[in-house]
Amino acid sequence: MTKPILDVVSLNKDFQVKSKKALFAKPNHVRVLDDISFELYEGETLSIVGESGCGKTTLGRCIVKGVSASSGEVNYYTDQDERVNFLKLKGKEAKRLRRDIQMIFQDPYSSLSPRMSVFDIISEPLVANFKLKRSEVEAKVTEIAEKTGLNASYLMRYPHAFSGGQRQRIAIARALITQPRLIVCDEAVSALDVSIQAQIINLLKDLQEQFKITYIFISHDLSIVQNISDRVAVMHLGRIVELATTESLFGDPKHPYTEALMSAVPQPDPEAQKSRIILEGEVPNPANPPSGCHFHPRCAYRTEKCSQQAPELREVGENHFVACHYAEQLNLRGVQHD
Amino acid sequence: MKTLPVFRRHKTEAHKPPADKDLNYSSQWSLIFIKFKKHKLARISMYVLGFLYTIALFAQFIAPYSLQSYDSKYVNAPPMTLRFVDGDGKFHIQPFVYELKSDRDPDTMRKIFVANKEKRYSLQLFAKGEKYKFLGLISTDRHLFGVEQPGRLFMLGTDSMGRDMFSRIVLGSQISLSIPLVGVAISFVLGIFIGGISGYFGGWIDSLIQRIIEIIRSFPTLPLWMALSAAIPPRIPIVTMYLYIVIIFAFIGWTDLARVVRGKFISLKNEDYVIAAKIAGVGNTKIILKHLLPGFLSYLVVATTLAIPHMIIGETAMSFLGLGIRSPATSWGVLLQEAQKIENVALYPWKLIPLGVVIMTVLAYNFLGDGLRDAADPYKK
Repeated sequence: MTKPILDVVSLNKDFQVKSKKALFAKPNHVRVLDDISFELYEGETLSIVGESGCGKTTLGRCIVKGVSASSGEVNYYTDQDERVNFLKLKGKEAKRLRRDIQMIFQDPYSSLSPRMSVFDIISEPLVANFKLKRSEVEAKVTEIAEKTGLNASYLMRYPHAFSGGQRQRIAIARALITQPRLIVCDEAVSALDVSIQAQIINLLKDLQEQFKITYIFISHDLSIVQNISDRVAVMHLGRIVELATTESLFGDPKHPYTEALMSAVPQPDPEAQKSRIILEGEVPNPANPPSGCHFHPRCAYRTEKCSQQAPELREVGENHFVACHYAEQLNLRGVQHD
Repeated sequence: MKTLPVFRRHKTEAHKPPADKDLNYSSQWSLIFIKFKKHKLARISMYVLGFLYTIALFAQFIAPYSLQSYDSKYVNAPPMTLRFVDGDGKFHIQPFVYELKSDRDPDTMRKIFVANKEKRYSLQLFAKGEKYKFLGLISTDRHLFGVEQPGRLFMLGTDSMGRDMFSRIVLGSQISLSIPLVGVAISFVLGIFIGGISGYFGGWIDSLIQRIIEIIRSFPTLPLWMALSAAIPPRIPIVTMYLYIVIIFAFIGWTDLARVVRGKFISLKNEDYVIAAKIAGVGNTKIILKHLLPGFLSYLVVATTLAIPHMIIGETAMSFLGLGIRSPATSWGVLLQEAQKIENVALYPWKLIPLGVVIMTVLAYNFLGDGLRDAADPYKK
């Protein structure tokens, strides 16, 4: 668990926004990812949670180079323990890493090309990255299909013939076929219904054990996150505000935003006292973020300092990082366990 | 032990899924085809168009007379009727026509034609007529039908120079039906190429191309055609003239397609499955060919089909104004030139027949395009 597989160093991503003020005015930028840094250890599951629009998906896509980051590094440790900046790599070297880093998308309806048969979809990364004979490709695809619970005799069908859960299995099979070491799951189960969610989560867990895969699990569903992850990072408006092991984050949150998130976790016990923290105000506009701590306009514990100074992400306990000036003083509520 | 799956394409004998009923094995294209077959109007239109194009292909054989032939004795003659029963009530198995005799209307003193019941000319299949080259290869003088010499057969009447309308409609279809195809083909290539550059690269090159398209589209088309065709020298071979006209149409036509292509490129570029392919390490060329192009090819087919009728009408309009094809070559628009005069429409209504043919063709193309659009739309049942 201590060997890193990936580290992200001050990753930034700006999106251009069209300025409406004047024809030739300089375009405005929205900072979607703001100085993101974290480490990822081999074999672990790191969840990234946060409300809609906080940059979770963009972070995932920047890591796999699905979109290009504006600045920063995504360093990847190869099998030979070389540390290479994935974002800077070009041509063949970048392509060699592609097979190690794969992604599963949120919507299994839009992530599978409707014009390709399932066999072609699953084999695509394999054909793109390796020079294999047709028979070898067939053998591999069959093997993966069986591992992911797909009936191998349906492989010549087209995606429209499958249900959402089956489609997500196809997407997982595609991500697995090159035997990657890291898979970014971008809301991989949120488009599925609950019973299918459980199946897919169990499948992901089994595959992790079997192949020693590292997951970055992007989600807004905290109960799933609690179930699946080793560590959790909480994002708010493009910044990581808290990063800790699952237990300490859920049991002992140090950031007021995390506390508010935790209070939204549904409790299975109907007798339990429900005291949701309803955040005041609205999500700040990312094009014009608040000064200092981005969370301060909605924070119940804010002081003058919060609006002036942005807090650094600092270690407050063992493996527990928080970006709050008053992390030590505050006594926050986590999720109650029986 | 499970049976091993067979990965060969289902077209081979090795693994045949239940014949065409199993939609699960159907690709996008075969699904479109299945839906298209259910669209009755579109299917009928396809047969109509197939029929028209077959006629155009064999026009010289089907038309009894050539473009050059005229007969001053039969100016503005009405359509003849094929008869089986003669004046004495006798039935003939071979249909025949009476000779036309020109006469004067006793009241108005206008020139009219009356049937001379003395002289019968029977219809012949594979009749001898003027020499021509069949499909441009075999020299022959046989036509699909005709009447015995020296009889004349005017199925749809004649024009003011005594030329057979039927022959001219059939021969004119060669130009009227092929100009739009060639024009659309040129604008298709231009549209995909320029629109593709615009959509794929984006940025300033996109803005530049879009502004150029806007400028081209904001020209009023009629004066533009007039200006462009005025630039064509008047005494040039028909083939060259034809080429010029096609280029004029393509010059305007590509802008529509370029916009469609650009929009499709932009929207598909950010589709999850395209990003997935990129993440999987698939190269740019392969992404464009395997993911982007198939993604909107069906739309392009539809857009093209619906662009053809515009070109047919455009060509007709241009020739109608005397800007396009010029006699003795002919197209449906040239034939309609005579319909510009009210006396022609009032006294010789058969001169409007080419209009009916134009309307039929344009409608058929529109229905075909509608059918294709419905078939290509995955949300339409």
